[in-house]
Order: sequence, then C-alpha cells, then structure tokens
Amino acid sequence: MDQPRASRVNDFALKVATVNGTGSASANGLLLQALFRMGIPVSGKNVFPSNIQGLPTWYEVRVNKDGYTARSPEFQLIVAINPESYARDIEEVVSGGWVLYDSTKELAEEFQRDDVTFIGVPLAGMCVEHFQGARTRILMKNIMYVGALVALLDIDMAIVKGMLEEKFSSKKHLMDANYQAIDLGYDYIKTHFDCPLPIRLETMDANANSVMITGNAAAALGCVYAGATVGAWYPITPSTSLMDGFTEYCRRFRVDPETGKNNFMIIQAEDELAAAGMVIGAAWMGARSFTPTSGPGISLMSEFIGLAYYAEVPSVFFDVQRTGPSTGMPTRTQQGDLMLCAYASHGDTKHIVLFPANPKECFEFAVAAFDLAERFQTPTFVMLDLDIGMNDWLIPSLEWDDSYVPDRGKVLSAEELEEIDKFYRYLDKDGDHIAARTLPGVHPKGAYFTRGSGHDKYGSYTEDSDAYTEVMDRLLAKVESAGDHVPAPEVFQGATPAPHGVVSLGGCHWAVLEARDDLAARGIHVDYLRVRGFPFNQTVEDFLSEHETVFVIEQNRDQQLRKLLVNETGCAKEGLVSVTYYGGQPLSKGHVLEGLAPHMENALMEVVS
Amino acid sequence: MSYITKPVARHPKMPVNALGLTQRDYEGSMSTLCAGCGHDSVTAALIQSFFELDLEPHLLAKLSGIGCSSKTPTYFVRDAHGFNAVHGRMPSIAAGANAANKELLYVGISGDGDSLSIGLGQFCHAVRRNVNMLYVLENNGVYGLTKGQFSASADIGSTSKGGVANRQGPIDSVGLALSLGATFVARSFSGDKAQLVPILKAGLSHTGFAFVDVISPCVTFNDHKGSTKSYAHTRDHMHEVIQTDFVPLRAEIKTAYTEGSVKAVTMHDGSVVKLRKVNEDYDPSDRRGVLDYLGSVAAKGEIATGLLYLEESGGDMHEFENTVDTPLVHIPYGKLCPGSAALDELQKEFR
Repeated sequence: MDQPRASRVNDFALKVATVNGTGSASANGLLLQALFRMGIPVSGKNVFPSNIQGLPTWYEVRVNKDGYTARSPEFQLIVAINPESYARDIEEVVSGGWVLYDSTKELAEEFQRDDVTFIGVPLAGMCVEHFQGARTRILMKNIMYVGALVALLDIDMAIVKGMLEEKFSSKKHLMDANYQAIDLGYDYIKTHFDCPLPIRLETMDANANSVMITGNAAAALGCVYAGATVGAWYPITPSTSLMDGFTEYCRRFRVDPETGKNNFMIIQAEDELAAAGMVIGAAWMGARSFTPTSGPGISLMSEFIGLAYYAEVPSVFFDVQRTGPSTGMPTRTQQGDLMLCAYASHGDTKHIVLFPANPKECFEFAVAAFDLAERFQTPTFVMLDLDIGMNDWLIPSLEWDDSYVPDRGKVLSAEELEEIDKFYRYLDKDGDHIAARTLPGVHPKGAYFTRGSGHDKYGSYTEDSDAYTEVMDRLLAKVESAGDHVPAPEVFQGATPAPHGVVSLGGCHWAVLEARDDLAARGIHVDYLRVRGFPFNQTVEDFLSEHETVFVIEQNRDQQLRKLLVNETGCAKEGLVSVTYYGGQPLSKGHVLEGLAPHMENALMEVVS
Repeated sequence: MSYITKPVARHPKMPVNALGLTQRDYEGSMSTLCAGCGHDSVTAALIQSFFELDLEPHLLAKLSGIGCSSKTPTYFVRDAHGFNAVHGRMPSIAAGANAANKELLYVGISGDGDSLSIGLGQFCHAVRRNVNMLYVLENNGVYGLTKGQFSASADIGSTSKGGVANRQGPIDSVGLALSLGATFVARSFSGDKAQLVPILKAGLSHTGFAFVDVISPCVTFNDHKGSTKSYAHTRDHMHEVIQTDFVPLRAEIKTAYTEGSVKAVTMHDGSVVKLRKVNEDYDPSDRRGVLDYLGSVAAKGEIATGLLYLEESGGDMHEFENTVDTPLVHIPYGKLCPGSAALDELQKEFR
C-alpha cells in the first residue's frame, strides 16, 4: 500500500468506528458539515448495521481537493472508539497512517502495529471525570473525538462551535456540555501531540454553490415540486427516509394556511402490496401518486405493477436498492434490481426506469418520472440505492424553473368529452401509441371500466386473439417510444472515439469518472457513457457499436445492466465485457481499475499492481 | 369476465327518479353468472338502491377484486367508473382513489375468497382506516370460479358438493369487522331484497366504511343439503335482529322516532336510518353488546341479520389525515408547488 505522503492537504480519507445507537451519527454529521463549510469537497459514507443499538458502525469521510467524492477505502486515519471492532479497524489503516483510540483502557498487545502511529486519548475517562449521567457520558464521548480531530486535522474551530450554537441555541445546557466536550478533546491533543498531522485541512472555496443532501430527501422534494398529492408506503430500509422527507416537506409547504388542513395525504399501508394499490387507485383518479420502497417491496408490488402497465395507470415507484436477494444485507448498497424493475410482473411487461447518479438527479428525475408516467400512462421507476439515498452528498444546489408545467399527458377535459360522440379508453387516435384517458367524475361520457383482464382497444373485456394482441403490441411500442424522452445518456468522449468504451449507471458514476481520469493521466483513454434511463435510445446503441470493447460496470453479480444492453440493443454480446462489484459498499476507483486491468494494455496492469 | 351488452329497453311509463333516470339506466351488461346465483340478486338490490337514491352514474366508482362476486360491477351502472383490480386487493385501490378524490361515491364488491383469504389483510386495514365506501361481501362459503373449494367462511361441518366436511373454523366477517372498529356493520341475505335494499341505501349514505355481508348462495357448488350457505339453510336459520328503514333527505320526515323499539340515526348527508329492534334489549350502538349478542345467536346455529351496528360519529380516513375539503385532484398545481424561492430558502439548511 501507499505510504501517506509527508503532507496530504485536503486529500485523505478517515474512518470513525463506533457503536450504533450512541449518538455517533450526530458527531459524524457535525464533522462532515464542518468540512463542507470549510469549502472542501467532501463525502461521507455511513456503514451501519441493521440494528438499533449496540453493534459496530462506521462512518467514512473522504476529503478531496479535486472534487472526487467516490468512496475511498484507503484510510489514512482511523478513529477507533469501539473495542469490539478494534482488530479489523486497526488493520484497515494504511501503513504509515494514524489510529486515534480511547486510551482509558490500555490497547492490548494484539492490536499493536509498528507501521502506524497510535494517538491515545482517554475519552471515556475524561467523560466520567467531567460529565454526569450515563447517557450524557456516552454522547459527549463522541463530541470529544470531534474535538480531537479539530486539533489533529486543523478543522476550523469557529465553524464547529458555530454549528453547535445553531443546533443547541434553545438548549443552553446542551450547548455548554458540547462546547466543553469539544474543548476537552481539542486540548488533550494540543497538550500531548504534535499537530496538525501531515494529513490536514486547509480552507477552500469549492462549495459556494453546493449543498449537502441525501438522495432520499432530494427525491422527496422532487415529489413535492412535481405536485404529488398522494404517497403510500410501507416502511423499509433504505427507503424510509424518502417518505420521512416527503412528510417533512409537505408539513412545511403543503398545509393550507387558512384552514390548517393538508393538501396531501400520506398513507402508511399495511404492506407494499397495498401501497402499490393505493398509488394506482389515486393515479386512476388523476392524482400524482408514488411509493418509495426497496427491492423486497418491488417483489411484493409486482402483481400490481403489471396491472398498472396493462390498464395504463400512471404510477411512480422509487426503488432505493439494497443488497439482495431475499432480506439480504438491508443496510448495504447494491444495484441488484435492474432486471426486476425493467420487467416487473408476470406476462409481457416493460417499464420506464430512471437511474439518478446523485441527489441532484434524484430531485430532477423524480419530477421527470411523474411527467413520463403520465405522458406514457405507465409505471415509472426511479432507482436509487442505499448509498445515494441515505448518505449526504455534496451536490450543486438544486434549481427549480418556475415556468415548469406538469406534463399530464392526454387527459380529456369535460369540454373535450362534451364534443365527442363516444369515448373509448384504449383507442390510439393519434398514431403515437398513446390513447387518451379520462378522469373519473369529470363527465358522464368519460366513464369506462378499468381492468387487468384481457381487453380490446375500446376497453371492453375480450378473449379474442387479435383484439388482445393489438393492445399488447401498442403497449410495447408505447413504452419503447419513451426511450427518446427519458433523461438522455451522458457521454464523455474525446474528439475521436477511443477503442475502449465504458458503460455504467447510477452511483457507479463517480468511481468511474475518477478511474477514467486516473487512466487518462497515464495515457490510457477510454470513452464513457452513463445510462440515465430505460428503454435505451439510439445514443446508447451508437456508443456500443462504435467501440470494439465496452466495459459494463455495475454493482450486482449477475451483470444485469449488461444483460439489459444485450437484450434491448443490437450490439454483439461478445463486445460487452462485464465488470461487477457487489460486496455492498459504494463503488470505488480501485474496483473499476481492478476490473478493467485484466482486459487492457500492460500499462494499466502496472497501474493497479 | 365476459361482457355482453344488454339491450336497453325503456317502457314509456317506467318510473323515473329525481334525475329523470329509470331503473334501467342503473343496469349494466348482461350477467354471465349461473342462473339463480345469489350475486345477481345483490346486483338487482344495488341497482334499485342507486336508482332510489338518485345517484349520478358517473359520480359512482365501482370496484372489485377477482372472483364471481367481483365480476358483478359490470352488471350494474354501465355509466359509472369501474375498476376490476387484482385478487383481494380492491380495498387498497379504493383507499388510494378515495384519498385522491373524495367526491365520488365508492362501492366495492368482493367475495369471501377475495376478502377473507387472499385479501384478508387489505380488508382489515380498510376497516381500520374507515375508508368512506360501501363494501359488499357476497358470501357463499365457496370458490365458484375455480369450481367448488371451501372458502374461509365455510362453517365447520358444512359439506362440499362431493360430501367432504369442512373442519377448519370459519372467519366471521361481521365479528371481524366489529372487532376492528367498523362503523357500519350489516348482514343480509341475497334472497331478502326487502331487507337488503334499505341496508345498502343506509350504507351508501354512511360516512366511513359501510360493511355489508350478504349470504349469497352459490347454486352450482354450494346449494346442497349439507351446506350452511344454501338458500334453504339460510332461509331456515335467518334471525332478523333489527329491521332497517331508510329515509332519504328529500323525503318528509313525519314520524318522531321516540317509540321504544326504534332507534333513528341521522346520517352526515341528512338522511335518516330507522332501526326497528326485534329484541328490545338490542342496542346497535353498543359494540361489545352487539358482539355478545351475535355470539349467542351463532351458538344456536342461527344467522343474525340486519344493520347490526352503526356509529355515524367516527371520522373517516380524510378526517384522520386532516386533508383539505377540496378533493386533492382538484387542487391546482400552483398551490402544490412551493416554487424556486422556497427551494433556495430551504437549501440554506443544507449548507
């Protein structure tokens, strides 16, 4: 492994190892936000157990002056607060790095390493000495290590104290305790160690137009801005905070000021099946409705998704993916539901699927999803993952165009219905595969029977082969025509195509970009296309055919994106080489380089060896 | 589900309702159920109820799941909006639809397979949410469309057509609904239109989940001697607990309902439901008392019928959720989107 250079300013990663349920999440949030406010590009990854209290949990922070925010598994500093995970935590720090640990109890011989520097701070001891009550002592221990880091890394203390003041302005006793804990950690380091460390921070100005937000919160905001009024859900990690966000923003923005009543309804359903049914029922009436869930929820909703596809009910599904199959690892990330969502339900189905790469796109694609769902009258999926959904991301500020008008698709008004002789629900009058719909209660002529059973283009029940086939063919053409309306692929290419291309999607993007730059610095150029929506369009098709070899990088075992490309484009499958990582952590540059190396020039082999 | 258009024939002297519609206008396509099916009688009772309540067809949303009973929404009110959903999941579609547009009148038709087996969970939670709808469970104790398997409402000892006796305890939909806090619980018999129509009308006027279990014999698979859901058995064992009269708002209310055996309940829409008790001690507003009474009737092998429990003061899903009076689908987008200035302001918290 690399030795840390003598000095690494604004370019290192650290990891905090604590016990969950002890308040360390607030301390880590404080740390991340302080770095953000120092204007330094930063990312935080919460690696937590599926548990409420008592198990090991980690928080990874990477600062990078060049703006690379993908996960970096090379930790120059480990803050080891949890004796239970000492062995693996101390093992993870790079040679030449530092370990900050609680020296109240002497570090056992077995954990010692002679290639790293140990920084002992008697956190528990100082807590017992200075604070009363078990709960306070536990909480303040976390704040204390932040104080120690302020000294070790040269974090701006005024920023940290300013944040504590914002947070506890109304609870003075808490603010005092927090101040004291910060100072205790800080002073101890200043008194006993040389600081700052060679890995340290300097104020920058990279974040002036940026915010820190989770993908789930951003997607929730997108739902509010899109005008969604009905949200139905069943709690499931890692999607729960999406509905928490929607609830919070609705309470803020959607309560009628005159009556105090809600311009929305959020229904906590009895299960995911019911949540899907509620979304479809509300959409049938004309409301923009959605449900956030994760893979297990999509499995349960699949029957209803088929109904919405066949009966052509606009409906929006957020799948915040976690590690499957079955219960899998609920608190680890993966892109394992690509095939599931693209073809959810029995029979012939195909759906519109969007792949945001960060919270900014979660916000934008949420809005796009409602437009697409209504325009094409079909289920539409927005696929986040745990990393995007639950971690705080540094992104350019969200923007809203006040001239936005929702695309409600073809919905006949009372006046239009008045004019027509008879309404037929599934008649493609315009030749674009999309039939006009009506909303219940608008006009007597608009009534029709919605059904999941076989129907003809007039909306009547049928068991006739030709009448059935005609509708099924139109549905396929309709969904495929959405390929030109989903967010366009993002292409990174030189003036002339490189022989090698990379295709990836979602949260892989940041590691791919970093790896691509790394290769370019070594004279190896690869073109890159990021898929942002399904069905694929001609741009994807062209990219695949223009490159001799295309590496398909994704986070699942079964090469699901590659299979979708093979399935849905004309490319030769031999030209698509799969690079997968599915261990449950966010993708890092190393995963990409290691995946590419065996297939590329010797130069690259040297890069990763 | 087959779909056969029924010719509309109107006799010039047919009575019309306040909207100028005849009862024929509330019919649907031709039933394709077996001749003599109890469900067709329920459909007829619904048609009469809609007609008598002067309902505007296109303001009615009729929903169902899957099964023989769930086929029936095509057989009534052809000009209403219909939704034939998936098996057992109609309640969630109804809840979502009602959440979005509370102005329509929701009628859900289900069966014992649909509501008490595959859809038991959704049924229970629709009761708990008090979704404002009329929910009719056409109960025949058997799976008709798949040819005669026992359903979860089959009584112990009741035999299949082939003579096999059911040994699993039945799920009693009425007891279940009561225990879950249902605000309107009735049981009737498809062969007793005189009892059923006022109950359906009261249910349509109720604010909240109006549950009506209708014993509706399956002539093909469950109308034999050993069945406890046959026409003969139901007729012989029906025990009318309470007689229901329904007085719509527009009718002049002449009687003062003070006599001892009659309880009058004014519905939210102003109509009145008169409950004439057969047993003086029966109190249709005492949930625990009703449960006890029904238990004692069942112990005698009898089937208690009538509008068994009514509570008009309980809030429905919208009241629980404090939604605005305007149906959500009618709120203009401008009122729903906070705009760019609010977004900028909010994002100060993300820095």
